Amino acid sequence: MSNLNNLTISDALDGMEKGDFSARELTEAHISAMEKTRELNAYIVETPEIALEMADASDKKRAAGDAGLMEGIPIAMKDLFCTEGTQTTAASRILDGFVPTYESTVSGNLWNAGAVMLGKSNLDQFAMGSANITSYYGNVINPWQRKDSDAQLTPGGSSGGSAASVAARSAMAATGTDTGGSIRQPAAFSGIVGLKPTYGRCSRWGVIAFASSLDQAGPMTRSVRDAAIMLEAMAGYDAKDSTSVNVAVPCYQKALTGDIRGLKVGIPKEYRMDGTPKEIDEAWEQGIEWLKSAGAEPVEISLPHTKYALPAYYIIAPAECSSNLARYDGVRYGLRVDGESLDDMYERTRGEGFGDEVKRRILIGTYVLSAGYYDAYYNKARRVRTLIANDFKKAYESVDVILTPTAPSPAFGIGEKMDDPIAMYLNDVFTVPASLAGLPGISIPTGLSSEGTPLGLQLLGKAFDEETVLKVAGVVEEAAGFSALPQLMAGGK
Amino acid sequence: MSYRIKGNTGEWEVVIGLEVHAQVISKSKLFSGAATKFGADPNHHVSLVDAAMPGMLPVLNKEVVEQGVRTGLGLRAQINMKSVFERKNYFYADLPQGYQISQFLEPIVGEGTITLDLEGGDVREVGVERMHLEQDAGKSVHDQHPTQSYIDLNRSGVALMEIVSKPDLRSPEEAGAYLRKLRSILRYLGTCDGNMDEGSMRADVNVSVRKPGDELGTRTETKNVNSIRYVQQTIEHESKRQVKILEEGGEIVQETRLFDASNGTTRSMRSKEEAHDYRYFPDPDLLPLVLDPAWVEEIKATIPELPDEKKERFINDFGLSAYDAGILVADREKAMFYEEVAEGRDPKLAANWVMGDFFGALNKSGLSLDASPVSAKQLGGLIGLIKDNTISGRIAKEVFEVMWETSKDADTIVEEKGLKQITDTGPIEAAIDEIMAANPEQVDAFRGGNEKLIGWFVGQTMKATGGKANPGMVNQLLKKKLAG
Repeated sequence: MSNLNNLTISDALDGMEKGDFSARELTEAHISAMEKTRELNAYIVETPEIALEMADASDKKRAAGDAGLMEGIPIAMKDLFCTEGTQTTAASRILDGFVPTYESTVSGNLWNAGAVMLGKSNLDQFAMGSANITSYYGNVINPWQRKDSDAQLTPGGSSGGSAASVAARSAMAATGTDTGGSIRQPAAFSGIVGLKPTYGRCSRWGVIAFASSLDQAGPMTRSVRDAAIMLEAMAGYDAKDSTSVNVAVPCYQKALTGDIRGLKVGIPKEYRMDGTPKEIDEAWEQGIEWLKSAGAEPVEISLPHTKYALPAYYIIAPAECSSNLARYDGVRYGLRVDGESLDDMYERTRGEGFGDEVKRRILIGTYVLSAGYYDAYYNKARRVRTLIANDFKKAYESVDVILTPTAPSPAFGIGEKMDDPIAMYLNDVFTVPASLAGLPGISIPTGLSSEGTPLGLQLLGKAFDEETVLKVAGVVEEAAGFSALPQLMAGGK
Repeated sequence: MSYRIKGNTGEWEVVIGLEVHAQVISKSKLFSGAATKFGADPNHHVSLVDAAMPGMLPVLNKEVVEQGVRTGLGLRAQINMKSVFERKNYFYADLPQGYQISQFLEPIVGEGTITLDLEGGDVREVGVERMHLEQDAGKSVHDQHPTQSYIDLNRSGVALMEIVSKPDLRSPEEAGAYLRKLRSILRYLGTCDGNMDEGSMRADVNVSVRKPGDELGTRTETKNVNSIRYVQQTIEHESKRQVKILEEGGEIVQETRLFDASNGTTRSMRSKEEAHDYRYFPDPDLLPLVLDPAWVEEIKATIPELPDEKKERFINDFGLSAYDAGILVADREKAMFYEEVAEGRDPKLAANWVMGDFFGALNKSGLSLDASPVSAKQLGGLIGLIKDNTISGRIAKEVFEVMWETSKDADTIVEEKGLKQITDTGPIEAAIDEIMAANPEQVDAFRGGNEKLIGWFVGQTMKATGGKANPGMVNQLLKKKLAG
């Protein structure tokens, strides 16, 4: 591994500004790493030619004194973002070969800021999954392994390819999308930073929809500062997305003062759950201690409706997905399997085009919206959602930020939990409540489990207060001093 | 006189409700920037949103909302300051999203009223239940290929208003009057062109029958009927069909039916059991639509005078009969034409001319109002000449015919043809003297008591003056001279 691969975005920007290396050299190093770590299956499509072209353009822009916020930084783009001229699949066979004629707002913002596209990263099909095992293009392998074992672990999901590429140093950063934890959980499993912004902070235009009221794009990086830089490049109001919010985008790096004295940090008692591994709780206690010694004040809070969050989420998200995925009918783009009649063509196309998990959620969603069940499921779930949002609102009257574990376990093995969807859904238990409330959250790597795999802590903030989330995350990052490297990375450890 | 179906068991009352789908006049579609113009080549007015490409999102068109509010105000209806767009889910080839964005539980417009103008100048109020905004679907074309259908998405996503009446209508005539009045209001407002043959207005017809005074019967819904005549045929056929079934001891099946224009009948499309479960839920891509009261007030200020108010004014200010006023206001362009003719003229005389000779000529020539060879100003000029005695009503008809052919002004024609009325007593007296001298036996007969002969003398005098003599003066002078 070239030392260029191990840099953070902020270091790389400094290096290019000083003339230590060019965007082309940085990109070449990452293209090489991408090739060497292909066994991880982090990318569905690699775009080295596009990357080099963009890198050369970045070098010119920098030379002309016109460098953007992410100028020359090579990144992986989750294959849920439509990219003009480059295949976009949502990791589903039903979109195999689909090449958009348009660029999503978020990817466009990143290219405008100078970022360089290395390729389209793998994910759970239509972003549905917590282990990146539902992709039509095969599962992604976590660059991390357990001590004394070469068993393959999952990188988490759905942004598993993004997480793996960042951890394996085949991308300096990657985009993710988070519906119920799809940025934060894989970040925790892969030992990186993952930030889900407030719902409405980043445009959803051109992002293939899973559950529209929950989907939110965010950065996956190797440092809190990098997340701040990248979020600033991604975020912003977009008139093409009616749910995006017209709030000015601050310079998030300025929030990284390290000074959290007097801040009140909520510790929700409902997040202490039976059956959570001891080391998860210990990591949480450790986090509380770090913040306390930095001058913040931990406050026990109650989020009483927490236990209803997961069931409500697994009604609302499938309900929306059952409708959002109706457009994949074989008529206009993607896969078409011909049939005897229109209905037969629909059935064959969707039967062969969608994977099992996608079908499961479409069926659940169709059921909960159907006449006779609507009030018992969908409407009740919406009411629960309001109660959960109110829990947070009340909590934030007395605290500035909330600290919790990100996931109830470290990365598990590929093949584990595969036959039990409920066990899989439980991965989202700590991330889903904030998703339902539309609040920002970040996962920061804080250490290694007894198995030698990464653990993460989650910080949740008030709506549009990513600055406080980042500020506190910076303190946790500093205190944790996480520097361990994964086993499976370009050139080895 | 109530409309009744006469059955073997007595008379049946027909209960009708109409759901009218009216295409909103707007430059672009409800949730996309694609054009709405009718008649483009297939699939030429289709945006990425209309084609439901992955990742595309709807953005509400403010112009359409304004048109919706305008329509609500025109229907004297409740404007709901908060309304919600929901998804109506079903699969069809011409519905690219797999759902139609519509309004369900919370429509933009609530209850309102439409006043029907019935025969003989009678009026009747009919309730509007609600009006909501929704997307139109595309069009399936089945006759271009032996085994496959073509899809044209030009209409996909175009804004429709669904205007739902209460079940207040009781006869085909009332249904016709309702549709005509609704169309008239929408055209006055400029929110729908009302062209049923282009599909910009179509109706779902709900019909049930009952014995007068009974509870409402089970209804059927006949979909997408696209002319007023067909709506009336649907009601006639459907009500008779239902009476027949009920009198034979059967039950009406609640179902969706189709109208067959080739024989004026309806047939079953799908029963309640086969009905779709549309799984409506609030569209998570769109926020609730919240209106600013000040904006609604602004729109209110731009609402033109509508047919009911105009009719009232024509009756009260112009002294027109309810019937005449009703005919004149039915069509906004015609009403405006009449008002221009009547400006500064005798309004009743103007109404007679517009509805008589002018509409007659227009109908005969098959021309539309804006292609008329005689302008409102010109017709007003002709009426002015009648009123100031320059020409008589009889000459005016002659002049109008020449105007229609030449588009010349009335006074020019009167001048050129020397048709100016003679109001100078000299020439009239001279003509009378001549006639009396030439017809002494008629003069004697008149003086002998046959006073009816005055008509003969008038005719002779008019003939002698080429019809230009003022008829009143002729009468007056004749009476004086014949009296000796």
